[in-house]
Amino acid sequence: MSIRVGKTAKAPEFPVAAKCALQNEQLRKNVHHATDVIRNKRALRVAEMPDWEHLRQSAHEIKEQTLAHLDRYLIEFERNCTAAGGTVHWARDADEANAIAISLIQQYGGDEVIKVKTMTSDEVQMNPALHAAGITPHETDLADMIVQLGDDEPSHIVVPALHRNRFEIRDIFRKKMHRAELTEQPEELAAAARRYLRDRFLRVKIGVSGANFAIAETGSVCVVESEGNGRMCVTLPEVLITLVGIEKMIPSFQDLEVFLQLLPRSATGERMNPYNSLWTGVHAGDGPRAFHVILLDNGRTKLLQSKMERETLDCIRCGACLNACPVYRETGGHAYGSIYSGPIGAILSPQLNSMQHSRSLPYASSLCGACYEVCPVKINIPEILIHLRGRVVQDDQKTLSGNLSQMNLAMQGAAIAFGSRRRYEAAQRLGRMGQTLFQRGDQLRHLPGMAGGWTRFRDLRALPKQSFRDWWKANSRETGL
Amino acid sequence: MRIALFVACYNDTLFPETGIAVTQVLERLGHTVTFPMEQTCCGQMHYNTGFHREAVPIVRRFVQTFRDAEAVCVPSSSCVSMMREHYEMIAEASNDAAFLAEVRSLLPRIHEFSELLVNRLGVEDVGATFAHRVAYHASCHSVRVLHLGDVPIRLLRAVRGLELVEIPDREQCCGFGGTFAVKNADVSGAMLKAKQANIVSVAPEVVTAVDNSCLMHLYGGLHRAGSAIRTLHIASILAAQGGAR
Amino acid sequence: MSAAQTAREEILARIRAALPAERDATPPTAPRSYQRTGSLDREQCLHLLRDRLLDYGAEVIEVDGEAALSGAISAALIKVGERRFIVASEFPAAWLPSDFDVVIDRNLPIAAIEGIPAVITTSEAAVASSGTLLLVHQGAQGRRVLTLLPDHHICIVDTARVFELLPEALAALDAVKSKPLTTIAGPSATSDIEMTRILGVHGPRRLTIILYGD
Repeated sequence: MSIRVGKTAKAPEFPVAAKCALQNEQLRKNVHHATDVIRNKRALRVAEMPDWEHLRQSAHEIKEQTLAHLDRYLIEFERNCTAAGGTVHWARDADEANAIAISLIQQYGGDEVIKVKTMTSDEVQMNPALHAAGITPHETDLADMIVQLGDDEPSHIVVPALHRNRFEIRDIFRKKMHRAELTEQPEELAAAARRYLRDRFLRVKIGVSGANFAIAETGSVCVVESEGNGRMCVTLPEVLITLVGIEKMIPSFQDLEVFLQLLPRSATGERMNPYNSLWTGVHAGDGPRAFHVILLDNGRTKLLQSKMERETLDCIRCGACLNACPVYRETGGHAYGSIYSGPIGAILSPQLNSMQHSRSLPYASSLCGACYEVCPVKINIPEILIHLRGRVVQDDQKTLSGNLSQMNLAMQGAAIAFGSRRRYEAAQRLGRMGQTLFQRGDQLRHLPGMAGGWTRFRDLRALPKQSFRDWWKANSRETGL
Repeated sequence: MRIALFVACYNDTLFPETGIAVTQVLERLGHTVTFPMEQTCCGQMHYNTGFHREAVPIVRRFVQTFRDAEAVCVPSSSCVSMMREHYEMIAEASNDAAFLAEVRSLLPRIHEFSELLVNRLGVEDVGATFAHRVAYHASCHSVRVLHLGDVPIRLLRAVRGLELVEIPDREQCCGFGGTFAVKNADVSGAMLKAKQANIVSVAPEVVTAVDNSCLMHLYGGLHRAGSAIRTLHIASILAAQGGAR
Repeated sequence: MSAAQTAREEILARIRAALPAERDATPPTAPRSYQRTGSLDREQCLHLLRDRLLDYGAEVIEVDGEAALSGAISAALIKVGERRFIVASEFPAAWLPSDFDVVIDRNLPIAAIEGIPAVITTSEAAVASSGTLLLVHQGAQGRRVLTLLPDHHICIVDTARVFELLPEALAALDAVKSKPLTTIAGPSATSDIEMTRILGVHGPRRLTIILYGD
């Protein structure tokens, strides 16, 4: 089995990657600006909706219900899509998904494909696999194009080039499109992208897409977008291949009424995004003559077992949690080392990886809860983060190095101290005695080890000579209930 | 009323003045405050860091110590959040029906300090005087778990001479996050810097909150930067009766 | 079993093994407490639709009845100097303005459509609260490529098919829910450059809505 989640296998730990990101002033400025703008837009659009909380609750329940009966809905989807002329494939992992895609493309005699944004294809690392098979993928989303032409990595699940400002984009386009005269005016940059891609849209015979939703009742697939490149890729080619994670399933056409109200407002702060495309199998005389869907597992089924972990799969990839997250705001997406970054990335990435990679991500959070507040499907991200921290600790405690780590020793020591009044008060006294090594006046300086992380940036008052309970005892106060 | 004080391990050790202030305020209002000595910690630090097994005896100890209290006052919204969000779950997972019953019985009797005053004792004016320019930092737990709303603000508004100023983006996390502050010290520091800038922009003399954890973190940054802005737990302000201590 | 069947069986087996054995045979229907019927009257509804469309940068023209349509279409084209447009073969002849180069789509190849400046279609429904047009690409709505390649889309909306809320509109589409569906909310746009909504990437950069009905 080769489950692959982007480049998580090689990603540095979050604290290390974050430190690097924090030094990039331009990146942080771009991220601050972009997330502030979307967050405010979202807030405005959500405030317009008196039934917002009801929509969230329904979305949550629809997703939970779907996952609880996922096998049934997948079979229903397969039946209906096939009856409408589509072909449904199943991929257990990243390699299998890529192999199926390559095989199909070769079957139809193609050596290039046009792609509309799909994070799922980044997850399985489809582009490198295509290149290796002699097939050239052309990204057509403006942001994905910026990333591809800039030899870069996406940093946000909705706005992947959020870390780039207009000047940087201008420079990338000037170089790669050979258009030295381009200015940084966003309208001009957008027009340049339009020109660059037009010919490809009209010419390339095979399209590859992802899907935001797959509808069991009708066997339909839905792509949510802004620019129109999605419509190009799902309409113009002769062959369409759609890669979709199994968790994207929703039971019925009617369910769209919930998600299409929540998603645009959450993702880009719009009442409705410019284009949604919904199609069912093959439509005679309209669009591709061949349609293939690849249903992808790649670690998702492992999350179904625990109700808490399963909730992670409710995600509709709106990115609102990224925009609300004060940690993401400071580091941007690259620091997470995964195609799925921010709060959702911190829970999805390690779980898809069976906790083999992205293990530092559950700790990349102050547990402030802002993500849960904005999540349109009410995923209790903070709770799942704590749950995953539990799994990391459990795994670590199976190893010698884990048991001897500073954190583990400190926690074991603290647990012992908290276990009895005598030991607790002894620990307090010990702290007051031990701190004299680091005390200057009323301040503690240059604390050792892990605690040094505090004093590097922050001052710390020394422990007072008298604890509260000392004061209480000294004043002969009541200790019974 | 007899109010049992759970002062919280870090207040006990680092901020005894907060426990003293809480006691003063409650006694001024005519209540009896008791302090069961067997108390240690609520278990949040262990639980949130992933040491779930180790947290259980700590939780049990708390429940055992306070189970017969008429009311429990906790000057720390993060501790109360731990109790409300996780104690039942922990008790359920223990398969100990008696433990679960005790938790369920105790939870409604536990109050964060400011919500105890306003929601349970029905008091907003505690007879305080504190003639200073004060900014209120809304800690994440108090906002998103306890849904305190404007309870602390109402208490501050009733303090004589107090000038209340609003911090921009008041609900943005200060970056403390428990062990996050050391495990991800760089990011924590960056979040602190952003918060600090917002605080400094409204030039308060004092920053207050219902949690010393946040305040310790804010103090850390402000003091390092040489700022004259002080940090004070809301209890100290409410205990003040003229004079700037 | 072929590899394909193995993959399918394996994935389904993993799912079944993970989920609780005692599941309901038919999944319960989740209760829906969000707003499913509108509260605005017709006038308010149309007013809201107009507002939302203008907010997206679309052009909105209102006429009383079918008889005025060809004149409205003509005006919209002349305004931007377009003399050539394409329509689906089912497009009502009576609505076509004269003195224009009309291309009728009879399964034209892509190359023949590219370069035609404007397309005129009808629509299946519209949602006022979000300013969204819904096309299911049947009859005069034309196949999907028609509303994709030309730079100017003139969309005719019957006011009798304007709904306040999305749930109402989708309910009205129930009979055609297996047809291709395109929702259009304004001209094509992107927010990928510094979060500013920029009009006109791919897809029609100019959108004109002609609302008709009494």
